[in-house]
Amino acid sequence: MPNSSLLNLDGPRGPKPRKTLSRKNIILYGTLIVVAIYYLIPLYVMIVTSLKGMPEIRLGHIFSPPIEVTFEPWVKAWAQACTGLNCDGLSRGFWNSVKITIPSVFISIAIASINGYALANWRFKGANLFFTILIFGAFIPYQIMIYPLVILLRDLGLYTKLPGLILIHTIFGMPILTLLFRNYFTTIPEELFKAARVDGAGFWGIYFRVMLPMSLPIFAVAIVLQVTGIWNDFLFGVIYTKPANYPMTVQLNNIVNSVQGVKEYNVNMAATLLTGLVPLAIYFISGKLFVRGIAAGAVKG
Amino acid sequence: MDSVSVKNLDLNFGSVEVLKNLNLDVKKGEFIVLLGSSGCGKSTLLNCIAGLLDITEGQIFINGKNVTWDEPKDRGIGMVFQSYALYPQMSVEGNLSFGLKNAGLPKKEIEKRVAQTAKVLQIEPLLKRKPAALSGGQRQRVAIGRALVRDVEVFLFDEPLSNLDAQLRTELRVEIKRLHQKLNNTMIYVTHDQIEAMTLADRIAIMKEGVIQQLESPHTVYNYPTNKYVAGFIGSPAMNFLPGTIAQQQKTCFKFGDEVLDLSHYEFQGTTSEGQTAWLGIRPEQVVFGDDAKNLPVRLEVDVEVIEPMGADTLVWSRLAGQEFHFKVIGSCTLYVGEKIIIGFDPACASVFDMNTEQRL
Repeated sequence: MPNSSLLNLDGPRGPKPRKTLSRKNIILYGTLIVVAIYYLIPLYVMIVTSLKGMPEIRLGHIFSPPIEVTFEPWVKAWAQACTGLNCDGLSRGFWNSVKITIPSVFISIAIASINGYALANWRFKGANLFFTILIFGAFIPYQIMIYPLVILLRDLGLYTKLPGLILIHTIFGMPILTLLFRNYFTTIPEELFKAARVDGAGFWGIYFRVMLPMSLPIFAVAIVLQVTGIWNDFLFGVIYTKPANYPMTVQLNNIVNSVQGVKEYNVNMAATLLTGLVPLAIYFISGKLFVRGIAAGAVKG
Repeated sequence: MDSVSVKNLDLNFGSVEVLKNLNLDVKKGEFIVLLGSSGCGKSTLLNCIAGLLDITEGQIFINGKNVTWDEPKDRGIGMVFQSYALYPQMSVEGNLSFGLKNAGLPKKEIEKRVAQTAKVLQIEPLLKRKPAALSGGQRQRVAIGRALVRDVEVFLFDEPLSNLDAQLRTELRVEIKRLHQKLNNTMIYVTHDQIEAMTLADRIAIMKEGVIQQLESPHTVYNYPTNKYVAGFIGSPAMNFLPGTIAQQQKTCFKFGDEVLDLSHYEFQGTTSEGQTAWLGIRPEQVVFGDDAKNLPVRLEVDVEVIEPMGADTLVWSRLAGQEFHFKVIGSCTLYVGEKIIIGFDPACASVFDMNTEQRL
């Protein structure tokens, strides 16, 4: 044993110092900054263009900030832009999208969570087969089912109507949402479920009073997935509705891709940003919950 | 009348037979411990009694009523789980009253029972807290309370102490025993811890591969194990097994290596034959050494190979006729590795098992 008086006490002590500007840090942060700029440039161009007047756009300096800031294009996009004969802007599409998204999200999550709960906890006969079929559904391309669903909706009398589109979104949300909820519920200890059964709670009692209050993160994930998915949907919107019921995305397309008259880039940019605001807002509000829920439910199987 | 009666119970998971033609009768107020290593079917049996698993064949009676097809809540049982299984979003009070609310009891009655249970388990100050704000011991106490508050005849415990640290385990063990003496309910308790089994049980059921090997009082199970598995499972450190043959000259003897042990005082259960191969089982704590060994019928000289001091006593490893042999001596005596000592034991206290059937002879 060396005597402590013989040890060199002037040597390193405490936490090891780390250089802020080490080569590793420069490479790491440098890469991150470059990638971030690369992804943010289009967004920047959209924002500045939407704030310029048409004469300024014609100058062709797409990266330069607006000399004269104007909100005219935003107002026009929201309330006056024309699609075909209608000239009431995106506002109609916005309200259509709200009317489609809210019931679709609510119904699909309600059904899928009960599905997932039944599959995870109540192992009824044929549960595995049912689950396999449902998951299989997630791998079939949408395009195969488009025409049969047109016929189905027509026969139900729902074709071109909002409830028809809500039904379609609910059906297509089912496989992935059921998988999400089933995986989450299987991570909840089985003993909890057993205890609730001994305590006399039934199928619904356990679902509403034990499982539901424990599953808020996964509900947040499901809401984010569904709101963004349904809000951003274009294909089903254009196929299963008529112009009066078009969701925002379809209307946006009609505004941006109209071939008559002058291309109003500033209005197009403003309209696109308006359409993207809802999913963006959802991400920012629920970002933390989203990550937590993904980690808890979706990854663990 | 039996409190719990399991008749010819079979349980298969697919083609795997987990429980085989199992019979178990538990008297009113009895404390039964189901003991076995993991995978022996003890928890499965408990789940069957609770009604949490559908059985393949057989019947289950609780308090004379056939409950084979009844839901868990209608069986008159309360259950305590290893992981506590408290509802995380409810307060302790909510956890205790959940079952009573489901049963549709009037509010006054619920309050009365919750207060009473909280008093018995001394968890009154915790009633408003959430389970996350409780320690392990407190949580398990609440879990016991949840079974208690239901005011049922039969309590089922599924390894309730396995998640606790050693000290808490000892404390709660005594508390459960006290609770049983006070309430005098029937209790069925699953564990893999033989100390818990020995200390708590009126009778221990030792299970292996879905079959109850022996169902007797702790004393009988310890002193007269019915087969080699039970003998090796109960007792820590484990029993020594010496292979040898039975010899019947003037008296019945056990021969191993060059040694011949007199078994004339041993109570054989059946008949033995000359030259029958057998195991002789001796518990480490039945072996003495030095002066204490003088008056014992069997005395042998052994070398000390390894010493394991454990405080109160010391475990000594040696060799008998080439076989590993260990025994316990009190912790205060000093022994050295390589020392030759005289040990002795009484074969009348030992257990003899047939080599092939492994049943007690």
